[in-house]
Amino acid sequence: MSTRTLHGRGLVGGVAEGEALVTTEALSGWGGVEPRRGRVIELRHELVGQSFAGKVLVFPGAKGSSGWSGMFHMSRLMGTAPAAMVFTTMNTKIALGVVVTRVPALTDLDGDPLTSVRTGDWVRVDADRGELTVLRTTG
Amino acid sequence: MRLAPDEQAMLDGDQGEAVAAAMDLLVRYGEVLGAERLVDTDNVCGANLFGSRHTMVCGSPGPDAAFAEHSLDAPAPLPIPAVRAQSYQLIGPMDTRNWEVQGVSPEERDAVVASEAYSAEHGIHLMNTCTPYQVGNVPVKGEHCAWMESSAVVYVNSVLGARTNVEGRESTGAAMLTGKIPYWGYHLPENRFGSHLVDVGVPVVDTLDWGLLGYWIGEQVAEGVPVLDGITATPDLVKLKHFGAAAASSGGVELYHVPGITAEARTVEEAFDGAAPAERLAYTPAERQRTYEHLNSTGRDEHVDLVMIGCPHATLGQIRDVVRLLEGRRVHADSELWVFTPRALREVAESNGYARALEAAGARLMSDTCPAIGQFLPKGTRVIATDSAKQVHYLPAIMDVQGWFGTLGDCVDAAVTGTWRGELR
Repeated sequence: MSTRTLHGRGLVGGVAEGEALVTTEALSGWGGVEPRRGRVIELRHELVGQSFAGKVLVFPGAKGSSGWSGMFHMSRLMGTAPAAMVFTTMNTKIALGVVVTRVPALTDLDGDPLTSVRTGDWVRVDADRGELTVLRTTG
Repeated sequence: MRLAPDEQAMLDGDQGEAVAAAMDLLVRYGEVLGAERLVDTDNVCGANLFGSRHTMVCGSPGPDAAFAEHSLDAPAPLPIPAVRAQSYQLIGPMDTRNWEVQGVSPEERDAVVASEAYSAEHGIHLMNTCTPYQVGNVPVKGEHCAWMESSAVVYVNSVLGARTNVEGRESTGAAMLTGKIPYWGYHLPENRFGSHLVDVGVPVVDTLDWGLLGYWIGEQVAEGVPVLDGITATPDLVKLKHFGAAAASSGGVELYHVPGITAEARTVEEAFDGAAPAERLAYTPAERQRTYEHLNSTGRDEHVDLVMIGCPHATLGQIRDVVRLLEGRRVHADSELWVFTPRALREVAESNGYARALEAAGARLMSDTCPAIGQFLPKGTRVIATDSAKQVHYLPAIMDVQGWFGTLGDCVDAAVTGTWRGELR
């Protein structure tokens, strides 16, 4: 089985594996996700209705209100947080968000994770080594 | 990230465990950002009121535990000392006078009231508004701040020339206890120049115009720094408040320049520091029309259940305007008209007789919160109308209602007739 690995900057340490949930659209926190079930609720978002709980969320980053960190913080407390987060665009919302979600997080990868990984792929995030590996593709 | 000696001492626990946890959070956050250091701030606006929804997930109902978890991301419940920086409570979940109208239970009310008392004991000023700059917290040009609330951030960065990024609950909680925030983004002078030049080819006159322009620009520039060229009539606080709130909602605008009017650029050249704009955009009547239609795209039924004014929170002038538009008229039996304002302005509105006049006409003056933040509406509400591009952006998504956007006059007319008759003029 072939595997692909991207290398980048580990932001929050740790290692996690899981099914990837990939979107090319930035996510709103407050008003955009519902932490009780770990779901996206933003009406016009391509992931609306989908759950990120336990998945490796691969996305551009955070948009919307300053309540972003609080919603993902709440998802951790309710056990619905993503297993890991991989994103491409830094801002204060996503930075604080990944810190308080306390899951392995990566950015600044040497390839575009939004096109290298597809929803349903099984991926491993090693934030200590700064690696995103696709272990199994959806085919 | 390099820490100054006082910062290292806080991290080492010289001022107790809660301050150490706060500094630890700021270091983790600053390193993710790639900040090289922290900067001193004595002006922090955050949201630290908690209800039972927050306390129940901490494993302990105590307010110390809630603050440690939700405001500091601390690993364990900690006794919290008085705040070090000048610290302000932003808009909260509940109107302490109209909580029953909101549909808040007595138990939830008690939890929020207890949380307010806790914040007050710790020295957090209970402004309870999304517009602290309307009620006494007016940062000066160049001042380093740590503010949440996107509409407030874009106002103080742009109109006043103070410096803040969009902070979150945990970073403001940590800043309150330490007087520090990462020196990153809009704190750095070199990041405060324009990115997009917007040629405004349409007269931008009233609040509706400024809301439309802001919403359109936000969609075009995302998190860029737009510079507006072609503004001919000087806008007031209300217009810039609506403009910034709209641009921050549809995009992520945290700073803009209107040369000659806002704080940091006297000319277009100054706004770009002499460089060429990365991009040029033109705002034409067609864009204005499309933006209006987009903002009204969730509106279908003409019957309006609720008219919401005060997003961001209304000034005294806006409250007076509603009172005047209602003169000799009455809110329709099947509609509601709610006006939201900061707690402090509510006091003045009462002294001026505005609150009484609103109530006499069947409207209601509320404070401290809003329907989007508090997530409440009158029972059975299916259709809302508002003069705020921001509110019509958020409320249909959050509360699953239809939304109409128009002028203050259109909105008051809808409340009086129970019918939406607004159109773009």
